[in-house]
Amino acid sequence: MIASINVVIPRTKDAALATLAENAGKCTLLAGGTDLMVALEDGRFTSKLVVDLSRLTELRFVRRESDELVIGALATYTDLLRSPHVAQMAPELVLCAREVGAAAIQNRGTLAGSVANASPAGDPLPVLLARDAGIEVASVRGTRTILATQFFVGYRRTALAPDEMITAIRIPAPKVGERFYWRKVGTRRAQSIAKMVLALRATATNGTLQAIAIGVGCAGPTPLRTPKTEALVAGQRLDKMLIDEARRSLAAEVAPIDDLRSTAVYRRRVAGNVLATFLASLT
Amino acid sequence: MKILLGVNGVSKTVEVAPMRRLLDVLRLDLALTGTKEGCGEGECGACSVLLDGVLVNACLIPICQTDGAQIVTVEGLSNGAALSPLQRSFVSEGGAQCGICTPGMLVASHALLNQTPHPSEAQIREGLAGNLCRCTGYTKIVAAVQKAAATP
Repeated sequence: MIASINVVIPRTKDAALATLAENAGKCTLLAGGTDLMVALEDGRFTSKLVVDLSRLTELRFVRRESDELVIGALATYTDLLRSPHVAQMAPELVLCAREVGAAAIQNRGTLAGSVANASPAGDPLPVLLARDAGIEVASVRGTRTILATQFFVGYRRTALAPDEMITAIRIPAPKVGERFYWRKVGTRRAQSIAKMVLALRATATNGTLQAIAIGVGCAGPTPLRTPKTEALVAGQRLDKMLIDEARRSLAAEVAPIDDLRSTAVYRRRVAGNVLATFLASLT
Repeated sequence: MKILLGVNGVSKTVEVAPMRRLLDVLRLDLALTGTKEGCGEGECGACSVLLDGVLVNACLIPICQTDGAQIVTVEGLSNGAALSPLQRSFVSEGGAQCGICTPGMLVASHALLNQTPHPSEAQIREGLAGNLCRCTGYTKIVAAVQKAAATP
């Protein structure tokens, strides 16, 4: 099985895109291996061709480009934790990166890899949704940026075309007064896959919740935004009544399932409580 | 695929399938059985090794990603039969019980101390959060790392 898998190791992005174009739909991309190697060991991996992107040093960067935080496709979670730009522009991504597995996973796993893997429980995906991040993708046909909110199209399915790969994640700079939060609830902080994971972005001034964006994982077949709850609470006076209303609304809007990690009932309650905790911190 | 890699400072050449796990190459091809397999899916840390100085799980590394790399396993921490200060403090503090997690604990502790020579208890616990001890001997493991950090 493992012996029958061929690996191509491109040295440049252009070489990688050419390989992808030749083998569209018939190859699997490898970066840090923290998802792929588990699938391989489980026997869930069926591809006969792996394209190992790990030598594409040109895609391993974290930088600020005018009004965006740009995270190259090969940047690891450890790279994010060491970047002053991430600390400044996406503090909730720091909270998240510290709880992705543990040190050995953070040293190998990449943010772009988590995006491509598109797990509904993926730790950082709610952040990208709540931040209206862009997923920059490339193929031999050119480069385009897909909004994170349009990227996750079904259970572990993305908007990537078969010949495309992610080249960067683009997160808009914080606006004045914006506050951010990320919280995973699991059996323990390290190593666990989320029972429920939320990312929140909000602006509150003079006791009014001006705007809010809510990204949720483990709440449906894809990580998702919750537009009903966002619309219900935005522009409202931020008091205990609103917080209770927000809690109830989010618990009703998410659509989690019972599985081996948790129950739908627990997940609904926790989602509401995490939102309520965040809103209370803004008052 | 022909892979040239350094293991504990010695150059090795292996001819193996590119997606073979570093863990299997170490244990089966190079007979370095100090590195253990626990879960085989990156959860337990028993197979912790250093890849170019960075802590990784050897079960999650396809060998094709190690061509030209330097690997350090638990066998590389001691100087022959002379244990490192970290290993000696694991012995003196009782930081090993059944022993299955010990090689991974040692390598992860070694990586932590390389980066943070004087870690707080919280930093030790976070640095070792990816290493499970099913004997639950964590208190003594943390004490061993603290003692090693305090050893000049």
